[in-house]
Amino acid sequence: MSTDLIHLDWILLLIAAWLGIGAFGILALRRFRFVAHVLFPLGGLVCLGVFFVALQAIFAAPETAVLPLGLPGLPFHLRLDALAAFFIAVISGASAGVSIFAAGYFRKGEGTPPGLLCLQYHIFLASMVLVVLADDAYAFMVMWETMALSSFFLVTSNHRIAAIRSAGYLYLLVAHVGAIGILLCFGVLQANTGDYTFANMRGQHLSPFWASAAFLLALFGFGAKAGIVPLHIWLPEAHPAAPSPVSALMSGVMLKTAIYGLLRVSFDLLQVQLWWWGVVLLALGLVTALFGVVFSAVQTDMKRLLAYSSIENIGLLCVGMGLGVLFRAYHMDALAALALTACLYHVASHAFFKSLLFLGTGSVLHATGERNLGRLGGLMRYMPWVAWVTLVGVLASSGLPPFGGFISEWLLLQSFLFTPGLPDPFLNMLIPIVAAVVALVAALAGFAMVKFFGVIFLGQPREDKLAQAHDAAWWERAGMLWLVAGCVVLGLFPVHIIEYIGRVTQILIGQNLADTVRTHGWFLLAPMSVARASYAPLVFLVVGAASFYLAVIMVRLLYRGQSRRAPPWDCGYPAGNARMQDTAEGFGQPIRRMFEPFFRMEIKHPSPFDEKPSYRISLDDHFWHWIYLPIARATEAVSKQVGRLQQGRIAVYLLYSFVTLIAMLVLVRL
Amino acid sequence: MSWSGLFSQLLEIAVALLLAPLLTGWVNQCRAWLQNKSAPSLMLQYRMLRKLFHKESVVAEHASPLFRAAPYIVFGCMALASGIIPTLSTDLPLSPAADAIALVGLFAFARVFISLAAMDIGTAFGTMGARREMLIGFLAEPALLMVLFSASLITQSTSLTGIVETLAHGKFTIYPSMAFAGVAFTLVSLAENARVPVDNPSTHLELTMIHEALILEYSGRHLALIEWAGSLKMFAYSCIGLALFFPWGMAEVDAPGATILALPVLVFKLAIGGALLALIETVSAKMRIFRVPEFLATAFMLAVIGMLVHFLPGA
Repeated sequence: MSTDLIHLDWILLLIAAWLGIGAFGILALRRFRFVAHVLFPLGGLVCLGVFFVALQAIFAAPETAVLPLGLPGLPFHLRLDALAAFFIAVISGASAGVSIFAAGYFRKGEGTPPGLLCLQYHIFLASMVLVVLADDAYAFMVMWETMALSSFFLVTSNHRIAAIRSAGYLYLLVAHVGAIGILLCFGVLQANTGDYTFANMRGQHLSPFWASAAFLLALFGFGAKAGIVPLHIWLPEAHPAAPSPVSALMSGVMLKTAIYGLLRVSFDLLQVQLWWWGVVLLALGLVTALFGVVFSAVQTDMKRLLAYSSIENIGLLCVGMGLGVLFRAYHMDALAALALTACLYHVASHAFFKSLLFLGTGSVLHATGERNLGRLGGLMRYMPWVAWVTLVGVLASSGLPPFGGFISEWLLLQSFLFTPGLPDPFLNMLIPIVAAVVALVAALAGFAMVKFFGVIFLGQPREDKLAQAHDAAWWERAGMLWLVAGCVVLGLFPVHIIEYIGRVTQILIGQNLADTVRTHGWFLLAPMSVARASYAPLVFLVVGAASFYLAVIMVRLLYRGQSRRAPPWDCGYPAGNARMQDTAEGFGQPIRRMFEPFFRMEIKHPSPFDEKPSYRISLDDHFWHWIYLPIARATEAVSKQVGRLQQGRIAVYLLYSFVTLIAMLVLVRL
Repeated sequence: MSWSGLFSQLLEIAVALLLAPLLTGWVNQCRAWLQNKSAPSLMLQYRMLRKLFHKESVVAEHASPLFRAAPYIVFGCMALASGIIPTLSTDLPLSPAADAIALVGLFAFARVFISLAAMDIGTAFGTMGARREMLIGFLAEPALLMVLFSASLITQSTSLTGIVETLAHGKFTIYPSMAFAGVAFTLVSLAENARVPVDNPSTHLELTMIHEALILEYSGRHLALIEWAGSLKMFAYSCIGLALFFPWGMAEVDAPGATILALPVLVFKLAIGGALLALIETVSAKMRIFRVPEFLATAFMLAVIGMLVHFLPGA
């Protein structure tokens, strides 16, 4: 073992440990306690190991290896550079919390046996890391498919429920359609050399046409995995279907592999970047973000709400990346580095806060058995732990200071403000509009998150059985606390995080934000110069806390009265009950009204003479009716036509063979 | 950080804390005059705060700790905001810690907490108030951000003190983008401070109230803190307006004693601003809640147009 390979070797060793843990799971197929309390925590420990090795590896020189796996003469090439190491750190960092949480989450007698679940789970983790490590198209595709398949089995772990099976089917379908795009993209990238290693692809200088073809194929393929509109339809179906730790992994972590792929192709494998790619990414990103956030604000199922919020965040990531491409195409590398830093920062913070939120819904689901927001409420009283921890996720997700989500948003808005200077005046005019939409999306995310938290945890319980809800157990708390720590660290120490991200942008575009940021001291984040813009989260937090305590002390000094508990006043109305609170539908109603064209809405109002009036509303996604249902219908129609050939009588089939034979003979004669 | 900087920083926060109720009182007084009513005393707000601090505070039975923490959080946010916005001097040690975007984030933080606190009790009015507040917020927040961006495009800085220094001490120029931004800012600050066309600070009519519905369950010291934070917010918004559009008279970095001289100028500007606010409130009627999104969307569009206008001459 040579010393310069040390990080890659360690990571491979730890991946082998994951697979070993999975194999143990098979041996202990139904020994629930062993799987839950020994294997999953061990897997979490391995995650931590990978996390720390990857953090080290960001600063190391790229390391390569060739694994003698795969087909003869076609081994797996692996490469660990700063970009791969950063994504591995994000993947393993967030998964560590999820694994520890999972130790307390899975229950006896639900769907897939625990041992099998453990195997699928760890294969899923291993494949995500290996996708990022892959350095040839073959290894990449094998790992990509392993990732899709293992997550498919995890999604359908409660396969006895028909809705879950169909959600899993949809996911698998979209994943494979996307995989075709990626495969074709690699086909274009190798430029007829027949060599599918990434090293070869980097060396090819494609014409703008073929480069664009490769970029668009990658956008389609990775977009299907990431959930870019209109390929987003699987997310809101698959995330609610999966067990919560799996949703957390898929939403918080797996979507990032698609972002990784897109970055790898457009900044590393392709040697040219065209400006209009950036515009395409910006436009798609904005549509995705706005669409996701508007839909998430009107959802009534807590996991669907989070799934749509993930779509929104993917949109924001695309906006950052698009801006990066745009600057890069005009050779404004310092600004490209800023935009990419915003994008990568958001990758990390979204991984942590979205996993945290999904785990929070998992605890709620366990304690109450309800996913429907209309039957929850008041859980802060019964589950204070989960509530406070989720509150951190909610604040981070709304992009509020001093958490991680705010910093990425701040950096993104900064990169918009530095834009004036693009050579194209038309693009310059476009930028304020984009910034305005980003700001709108961020504010709407706050709306959706207040709804999410308020309806689940605050108010009065909407059902009697909620009073029996219990707080999360120790394993679950430990897992969530790790993720909370991630959100806080990402929020408070941006300069340190940017040191890591700087290495990534260095290899992608040869520019580094870290050098500028470092000069202003470790607590002050100033991407360009202090005179232009700066933000010191720690000072902000300390002064904020100080003013909070100032208020407390002031009240102590000024206050003379007592405090007492009494029934709520409610404007003097005595007969208020839990049913009179806003439901999830009610809270989302203004959004539904304002963004009406976004939805395909069916409302059934009761007639005034109805003795048992009922009100029903259904919201649907236009894209189903515009794209997917027509495709499904066309497929069905075509297969029906093809089906006419099947007569089910041997004589007819013999006739087919005979006709074919005659036709061939005639053809040969000609 | 210099001693004079620290001094002006502390002076600013103290002035904001002490003067904010006075500004609210002044606006109420002007409004009463304009409406031909006999005006309440200027000091009424202080008396009310004192009264509330002396009263018993009644907390709903099943209120969570979040409900009781929220007034302190909101007050803390507003106090911090008044420390960030340059009112008397541009030599503020806190200025590099938070720029315009962080300021908007701070307001959003306070809004999220007061809305969550309103949902905590689980009354119909509380949740209704929270929904309406968030509805106003999600339109007003980006509009405010765009207004601040219009200014920072001119000054090439998102630092609030940087913006003010460039606008106040640079060469006097009329920026067309700032005209749009000014109108947008007026609309936004009316909405954000629960003033008349959007909300009515002096009504408790169930179906129309927004801000009052949020704080319906608060009493005693909690209500005092929220009322104080409300005046602080209005003070902060007025100061943002003054800093962006009428920044003259503020102390420069190296001018000791100028901070003290800036105080009467600030009071004068605020008095005029408060009177104008009362005038706007008197001549306009409260609009239906469903017209509010249109009102705020107008503000948002104006602010975006302002930014576009900035790019026009260069195009």
